[in-house]
Amino acid sequence: MDEETPRRAWYEIFADVLKQHNVDLVTYVPDNVLRPLIDLVHEDPFFTAFSVAREEEGLGINAGAWMAGRRGILLMQTSGFATLPNSIASLTVPFQIPSLLLVSERGTLGEFNIGQNLVARTMRPVLDALSIEHHTMTRLEDVEFIVDRSIVQAIATQSSVCFILSPLLTGGKVFAK
Amino acid sequence: MALPANQPASRAEAKVMNRFDITKRMVALLKNNEAVIGGIGYTNFDLWAVERRPQNFYMLGSMGLAVPIGLGVALAQPKRKVISLEGDGSILMQLGSLATVGARAPKNFAIVIMDNGAYQITGGQKALTDQGADIVAIARGAGLAQSVWAADESAFEELIALALREDGPWLIGCRIDASNPMDTTDRNPPRIKDQFMRGIGTLA
Repeated sequence: MDEETPRRAWYEIFADVLKQHNVDLVTYVPDNVLRPLIDLVHEDPFFTAFSVAREEEGLGINAGAWMAGRRGILLMQTSGFATLPNSIASLTVPFQIPSLLLVSERGTLGEFNIGQNLVARTMRPVLDALSIEHHTMTRLEDVEFIVDRSIVQAIATQSSVCFILSPLLTGGKVFAK
Repeated sequence: MALPANQPASRAEAKVMNRFDITKRMVALLKNNEAVIGGIGYTNFDLWAVERRPQNFYMLGSMGLAVPIGLGVALAQPKRKVISLEGDGSILMQLGSLATVGARAPKNFAIVIMDNGAYQITGGQKALTDQGADIVAIARGAGLAQSVWAADESAFEELIALALREDGPWLIGCRIDASNPMDTTDRNPPRIKDQFMRGIGTLA
């Protein structure tokens, strides 16, 4: 690594790619691992960022915004994704509305909450059942490529994509007694 | 804010109206290509029956998301007025979305609630609105100060005209009867979406 160009964090790269693709609406239900990205999009006037009461709301807001010409992304954690299948299956997939989803992965690699561990196992089978492409991001050097190409593809094919932030990339949430 | 003088203090004091009739009255007041999002069930069946406006979006599932979808349209097109039509059973599923609308306070957004106190499409089972829940009061508590019950048909028209003219967000509660809808909405999602996008200028 070149010492004069320090490595940028995943959330800085992620936010830059969103900007390049004019994705300026960020809806979220908070998560500890997502906090630096949430802080960044709140501080940067390019983005309109706000929390919603439930993940489904964010999916609906982003769907409406998309149809009206504005691009958005929904940020959540694994347990929040588990509240979405009905809305994805009846709104975004059949209406062919590209939905960008970013999930902070709980439930694995040091999980301390059994509920998170169990619900996490439903995420990929649900994504596969609904034919939603998903990428688990584990390495910093892959983030830009995965996010950039996937946004292009989602828009071109009018389909959704889910980015899964692995603890291998983010460090995850560390067990604290 | 100049609200109509005959403003019912509660759900119990509002006149029971007819869904198709008031939907028709609302559509007649739309002169500037306003976007209308119809929630699932009879709410959007009657919206479809009144007139197939290109600026209408008809939800086919995702119960409870008419308000979030409308909010998204309103945020993306701040110069266009947007109305979400939603049933009482549906909004009861997403009461949090009222707080989101209250917090974002979009000036170009109005919510119309069709409240018959029942899940009519599934057989008329009682909804919580028939057991004490007052959506207008809930909305006020969620931060939507301009939330009112429509006293009757002429008050409803006055409120819609007000919502189209003055800054929102608005919530207009309408008590409706148990009449069946006048038609059934088309069920082709990509076609509905494409027509809506053409109607609001985002698709050629």
